[in-house]
Amino acid sequence: MSELSHEPLLKEFPDACWDEAAGAVIVPEGRARVMAEWLLMQGVDYCSNVTGVDYLEAEVKEKITNDAGEEETVTRTEPGRIDVVYHLYSMRDQTGPLVLKQRTGRENAQAESLTPVWRSCELQEREVFDLFGVDFKGHPDQRRILMWDEYEEHPMRKDYTEPFDYEWEPTPHDEILEKHKKGKVIV
Amino acid sequence: MVERSAELEMTVQNTSPGMDLDDMSSAELERAGVIVTRADFLYNWARGNSVWPLTFGLACCAIEMIAAATSRFDMSRFGSEVFRPTPRQADLMIVSGTVTKKMAPQVVRIYNQMPEPKWIIAMGACAISGGPFKHGYNVLKGIDRYLPVDVYLPGCPPRPEAVLQSLNYLQEKIKKQDIKTDPAFTKGRRQYPVPEFTGKDLEPPYNPEVWSPPENPNSEPVQPPKKTTA
Repeated sequence: MSELSHEPLLKEFPDACWDEAAGAVIVPEGRARVMAEWLLMQGVDYCSNVTGVDYLEAEVKEKITNDAGEEETVTRTEPGRIDVVYHLYSMRDQTGPLVLKQRTGRENAQAESLTPVWRSCELQEREVFDLFGVDFKGHPDQRRILMWDEYEEHPMRKDYTEPFDYEWEPTPHDEILEKHKKGKVIV
Repeated sequence: MVERSAELEMTVQNTSPGMDLDDMSSAELERAGVIVTRADFLYNWARGNSVWPLTFGLACCAIEMIAAATSRFDMSRFGSEVFRPTPRQADLMIVSGTVTKKMAPQVVRIYNQMPEPKWIIAMGACAISGGPFKHGYNVLKGIDRYLPVDVYLPGCPPRPEAVLQSLNYLQEKIKKQDIKTDPAFTKGRRQYPVPEFTGKDLEPPYNPEVWSPPENPNSEPVQPPKKTTA
């Protein structure tokens, strides 16, 4: 399968940007549906994978050159975010993959549903909704898929703490050992 | 023939579990075509050799359970080939595979629907303790937290031969049951509370009637969870 170029997409949508390190097109906010429909018209007819990536708020150290021409290290705080990643293929042209990323904040995470464009997104967007808590606008049937309906948390988020409901183990190690040292062993 | 079976019935009725017959008299009776035995023995012999499991699989262990029922391993040698599709007709529940927290209430509910006497085999590491998924957020750490397990069958997954052996262990257990004192016969149909879904976990996290957490040298004693109505 030969490569599916992102250049035509960037030419059509100049506000989208190309993330070289991730090899993905970063979709500008509110443009995902329009871009997806355009891609479908170009023969990108198959979405193989939808997933989420959670980034916590992090301090990033950067080397910059200041006005005086000296190098200095600046620490800035990168806000937390969630990426919703789509892997797209063209079955017609036998090309792919093309990676799209929708970015959203961690609070009130929202994204545009691409299920109306590629039907194969339906269950996978439900999974992202369930495990990452991203609200997909325009999804035809958005409910939890793996956890039960009453469940309130999003287990794949990095700040999720799982219930410690297993009994004491004779040979605990790593994280489990730390939990045992705290003493709380069962709910 | 009619006379003989009537005689047998009489003998069975008149034999109480506490009564001992010396070998000589029972051998003499056998020569005369009369078997003297305990009612327990007859009941348990009949039940133990026709255990009807429930057609019920949860994960990969179910494949091994199915294999145990096929002609190669032939579970019918031990009288257990009749997998029933409804809990109303089954007396053995083989919990074959990972019990997720989402599935646990349904498993308890199915068990509640089975008539007495009923037994449970916890098949595989997951059904016993959560197995490799023990530290996960979505897996029940052993079905014995909600239901009384009779035979624990370790393995990941256990071979079909192991399934047969666990069935043999269960048959031995059945043969030791006392129909006057065993809860299967004295308590009516046992019903266990079905756990409820809540925002974070199942409530209650375990049934203190059948399971309590083992002692932990590093922590204070644990209080049992609050009882909820079934």
